[in-house]
Amino acid sequence: MNALDVARWQFAVTTVYHFIFVPLTIGLSLLVAGMQTAWVRTDKPIYLRMTKFWGKLFLINFAIGVATGIVQEFQFGMNWSSYSRFVGDIFGAPLAMEGLLAFFLESTFLGLWIFGWDKLPKRVHLATIWLASIGTMISAYFILAANSWMQHPVGYKIDHAKNRAELTSIWKLMTNSTALVTFPHVIFGAFITAGAFILGVSAWHISRKRDVELYRKSMRIALVTTFVAAIGVMVSGHIQGQVMTRQQPMKMAAAEALYHTEKPASFSLFTIGSLNGKKEIYSLRVPGVLSFLATGSFNGKVEGINEIQSDYAQMYGPGSYTPDIPVTYWTFRLMMGFGFLAAFLSIAGLWLSRKRRAPAGRWFVRAALWGISLPYLANTAGWLFTEMGRQPWTVFGLMQTKNAVSPTVGLASVITSFAVFTLLYGVLAFVNVRLILQTVRKGAPSEESLTPTDGVAPALAFSY
Amino acid sequence: MHLTTVWFVLIAVLWTGYFILDGFDFGVGMLLMVLGRDNTDRRLCINAIGPVWDGNEVWLLVAGGATFAAFPEWYASMFSGFYLALLLILVGLIVRAVAFEYRGKVDSDQWRARWDVAIGVSSFLPSFLWGVAFTNVVRGVPLNAAHHFTGNLLTLLNPLSLLGGIVTTVAFALHGAVFLALKTDGDLRHRARRLASQLAMVAVAGGGLYLVIVQAEHGRPAADVLAAGAALALVGAVFATLSGREGWAFLATAAALAFVVSTLFADLWPNVMPSSTSAADSLNVHNASSSPYTLGVMTWVAGFATPVVLVYQGFTYWVFRKRLTRADIPGDVRTGGVPTGGAPSGITVTSGS
Repeated sequence: MNALDVARWQFAVTTVYHFIFVPLTIGLSLLVAGMQTAWVRTDKPIYLRMTKFWGKLFLINFAIGVATGIVQEFQFGMNWSSYSRFVGDIFGAPLAMEGLLAFFLESTFLGLWIFGWDKLPKRVHLATIWLASIGTMISAYFILAANSWMQHPVGYKIDHAKNRAELTSIWKLMTNSTALVTFPHVIFGAFITAGAFILGVSAWHISRKRDVELYRKSMRIALVTTFVAAIGVMVSGHIQGQVMTRQQPMKMAAAEALYHTEKPASFSLFTIGSLNGKKEIYSLRVPGVLSFLATGSFNGKVEGINEIQSDYAQMYGPGSYTPDIPVTYWTFRLMMGFGFLAAFLSIAGLWLSRKRRAPAGRWFVRAALWGISLPYLANTAGWLFTEMGRQPWTVFGLMQTKNAVSPTVGLASVITSFAVFTLLYGVLAFVNVRLILQTVRKGAPSEESLTPTDGVAPALAFSY
Repeated sequence: MHLTTVWFVLIAVLWTGYFILDGFDFGVGMLLMVLGRDNTDRRLCINAIGPVWDGNEVWLLVAGGATFAAFPEWYASMFSGFYLALLLILVGLIVRAVAFEYRGKVDSDQWRARWDVAIGVSSFLPSFLWGVAFTNVVRGVPLNAAHHFTGNLLTLLNPLSLLGGIVTTVAFALHGAVFLALKTDGDLRHRARRLASQLAMVAVAGGGLYLVIVQAEHGRPAADVLAAGAALALVGAVFATLSGREGWAFLATAAALAFVVSTLFADLWPNVMPSSTSAADSLNVHNASSSPYTLGVMTWVAGFATPVVLVYQGFTYWVFRKRLTRADIPGDVRTGGVPTGGAPSGITVTSGS
């Protein structure tokens, strides 16, 4: 074990952990904004109660997302200083813009939203949650543009004297084809996450026959959101897969453990054999599907790992350019598998809740509760796939991960910070789950608690 | 003006903004258990910064991001060099963020008491460590020819930097006390004011000593006037708090922080991170900076975004301009869920699988 390994583990743990909270923040903020809009337009108390209930859960989740996000920005300099020196001219720009254009917006307007209930005119107050929600999406775009540059560097030149990459076109950086296809995929994923979350919580309340009207309405919103977003995820994912195959063919080959170029290439739903896929005992194959995923045609040619490896060895010099095959192979399947399950769940839910029915069947409630975890698993698998599948590169074709780490930060320091973050995040996870469960159990606030009594508004109802 | 100069100044401005804004948050956090005698008082303190603390903290994220974008070498050397100090700062910031949000979410004295301690400690850590870090930047740290930091944690814990840490801690505590005196009313306001006048005197003595040493050992004469400005502002804060002029006192402590940050940056220029081992290895605005193209793009973005941000952050402060009193803090209203109400007509609860 060396500092590089630990730094990679730390990056994986802190990033995956951070991204547990991000999608729910993105998805829920917009849905809560929608609920509040419904309240402002109809003046029906049920929408206010929905806003308050889901809003409270949103805030609990948001707090930990913000807290763990700070680490992300610092970590590049702390553990990956060579990377930072090499890419700072390019990578720093979207990060700084994210702060200026998105973080300020989110945090300031969320502060106004939390504390402004009785201080701002109704419509101005409504605008604050919309602005905060828009902020979360702007933020997502900038950070995905930064990440996309690592997947597919564009708009740069290499300054050999300074040994770094330099930006030549901010326009190309911001309109990177990788970013354009990744953004909708991630955003739709965020809406599945929020949808499944609301669905699970609502189903549980309905099964207990509590506040059925409110949770039925919430459930319908969740089901439609999840269903539409699931279609969006599939379509954007399909386009993304083809872009990825063109830009990083190795990642697609690794996703199938396809060692030899095939035309057409079949897709294995699962494989029993050696982990790296070299020895196959049994695999359930669907003909032509990998070709379809990679090229959009069931008869397309998909290049194999061996061919790409020998090409890369010629282009970049001797060395291995193959990512961890078992991880890439399985995370790709898990991402899609969990995503499909979430889609099926939403279809089942839409059917069961048709014509104002409030489904409370034991199996459905159970599935909906477990279903909360599906998008989280899919999101995590997706990020592991796309980041692990890029290895050995940090910046594809330009910088390898092993050269990106801080040269002067010792093993002891990295282990310390890895241990501290893991421990702290563990404690926070425990507290966070406890708080979410408690808030969920308590349920939506009653109408009486939200209406002024004795002429005094329940001031600072959302306050600390 | 050269773009590297623009960005040097801009980053100084961002840090100034951060110290002034998050400074009083840190101060309020550190004084939570000192000034807040009961839960209502403490909630008063937290709610006084509640709407703004998160937006204030973004100044740090933007300062960090701007450093990354404009001076990548500086960002890389500083963040990897000050590794463990930054780790502790991060722990502080993480704990503080969730502490504010979570403290009031469970109705239990023990729960709240734990988060109160967490808020105090997590506000102290960054307050102290930013002082240590910045003093070290001005003092210079061992950097080799590749601009890699070659020291360790002990290199950073020198007497002057520790004094710097104490000074920022006291200054933030003072700034926070003045803020509470300005934003609250009643008994808490008076206690905050009394404490502020005491802290102001400590700040004058400690800050004065610190600035004299910094200017004597690492300063440039031109920055003396800024240091003097800081001292004057602190003295002004003493008088303003003693005479109960809370608005002026807050302006004075804010000005003092601005002057201190300006002094340090003026001392630095044109370096951004001087090397204590060999002057030739120092990082300066030229060898640490991004390409002119990137700086140009970022200048446009900052030029467009910063005024907008200032306007809406200013709007927040204006919306929450009123003093808070104990009467504003409602009792712990139980907002439990709606008990079993059954389904309203027209809805079929389908059960049985």
